[in-house]
Amino acid sequence: MNRVKRALAPYLLVLPGGLWLLLFFVVPMATMLSLSLQEGDIVNGYVFTGHWQTYVEAISDYQTQLIRSLVYGAITSVILIVLAFPVAYWIAFYGGKKKAIYLFLILLPFFVSFVLRTISWRMLLTDDGVLLHPLKEAGLLSSGFHLLGTPTAVIGGLVYNFLPFMVLPIYVALERIDPRVVEAARDLYASPATAFRKVIFPLALPGVFAGVLMTFVPASSDYVNSELLGGTSTTMIGQVIQSKFLHTSDYPTASALAFSLMAVLLLGVFAYARALGTEDVMKVAAR
Amino acid sequence: MTQTLIPAPPASETRPAPRRRFRIGGARVMHFYTWLLIAWLALPILVMILFGFNNPSGRYNQTWQGPPTLKWYRDLFALPDLTDALIASLVVAVISSLVSGALGTGIGYALGRYRFRGAGATNLVMFAAISSPELVMGASLLTLFVSMGVGPGWTTLTIAHVMFSIAFVATVVRARVVTLDRSIEEAAADLGANAWTTFWKVTFPILLPAIFSGVMLAFALSIDDFVISNFTAGNVQTFPLWIWGSTRVGLPPQVNVMGTLIFAVGVLIAVIANLRSRPRKQQD
Repeated sequence: MNRVKRALAPYLLVLPGGLWLLLFFVVPMATMLSLSLQEGDIVNGYVFTGHWQTYVEAISDYQTQLIRSLVYGAITSVILIVLAFPVAYWIAFYGGKKKAIYLFLILLPFFVSFVLRTISWRMLLTDDGVLLHPLKEAGLLSSGFHLLGTPTAVIGGLVYNFLPFMVLPIYVALERIDPRVVEAARDLYASPATAFRKVIFPLALPGVFAGVLMTFVPASSDYVNSELLGGTSTTMIGQVIQSKFLHTSDYPTASALAFSLMAVLLLGVFAYARALGTEDVMKVAAR
Repeated sequence: MTQTLIPAPPASETRPAPRRRFRIGGARVMHFYTWLLIAWLALPILVMILFGFNNPSGRYNQTWQGPPTLKWYRDLFALPDLTDALIASLVVAVISSLVSGALGTGIGYALGRYRFRGAGATNLVMFAAISSPELVMGASLLTLFVSMGVGPGWTTLTIAHVMFSIAFVATVVRARVVTLDRSIEEAAADLGANAWTTFWKVTFPILLPAIFSGVMLAFALSIDDFVISNFTAGNVQTFPLWIWGSTRVGLPPQVNVMGTLIFAVGVLIAVIANLRSRPRKQQD
């Protein structure tokens, strides 16, 4: 009896949460996939017809926004690697007893609502805001100079909002490096630059990959930054999907776009997971 | 400098001091740069705090018009909608963090402790739930509710928040379960405790801090969530949804005040939690 109980224990523990995830994560994905292959409208209802042409039409209609989103996401991730690596490096190797304080300061934006801190950025970047107005008054910038509504503002906002997600995983990877490994390289006459290139950087790579995963996916599917900081020339696919779902109720097209976006992103994610394992990402994600 | 001038005591001559030779150059530059980046991260937060004291003449609270005023702190609850939105956020966050705390702890404990058929699939679903774009999760939930004919509202909002928090709670709990020292449980069993007593008197108290931080994480995720809520809330306004809606008509300074207060409380809790956990860390 006891043995049966023990064998059943993990299933009883997993069941409630697993059922919740099945019903409200897996089933909705299937519903969305099915809806993207249906025809009809919100008034008369939808019928499953396997109408895959919706995908063709949706992607050809919105390929600009789709590609722009992936490009913005990729640019954001690359900028983030360049910005975050030195910070993660400095905290991991020179932070000493104050490591926790530095990491806390990096995480500070998370104590302000995502939407609210993006609005604060808009207030900074707006033409008569505290950043540009004084510069224009002083004649350092021409009055025709704008930041709001440009790709710079949107990508800047994405970089700002996702920076901690790049610093943390790189920091975790660097922190785990055994100092003796680096010392061994130096004892074998590697110059500091060579030791960095051949020892430290390769060991930090899983962290970089985890960071790319945690920034590229949310950045390319974001619509808050592009809505609040961008203009008509910076529309991202998230805005299209959001407006098709919530304003025009064109569910099949919206589903097809959302599914295409996720397919592109998850392909990358699972390729990563197969190559490097999910443990690192999960650890970092749960911090 | 002084260390090289003072001759080392004989005892340490045989054992050279540990060298930290991987300190490559440019440390000062990197230190300065780190602070520069922290300043950049703090900039919008300062703007938010500052404009809570602003005295705007029009609807738009985006240009500084002094003198600084405390009137928005005094009239913090003068906008009933905004107050309701804050309460809605808190209610959903409390309910969803407790439910996802219970459900996530079960999964985390099972994955950390047992080997069982289906563990791989559970891991896969959790990984997918953490790494899927929020936009797609929110949108797919909406398609489910639409096709079931369920109107979005309080229930769907709470269901969604529980859904995206479970995997995070489970991951935090599992990490602690894996590092659990089994000999403590064996000692309890040796002293005559049955499985049930061992769990509640020994294992559960050890796991409690991890469960608590999982619940806190779920609470923070829930209260800040905008994207998934945008799809599943219907007419319910949470704090982020209200801010989003009000950007078109101009943001009242009370939003900045509430943001500032939430920021202050969050930082305070984090600092206290960190100070409390310090002695325990030193024992490890």
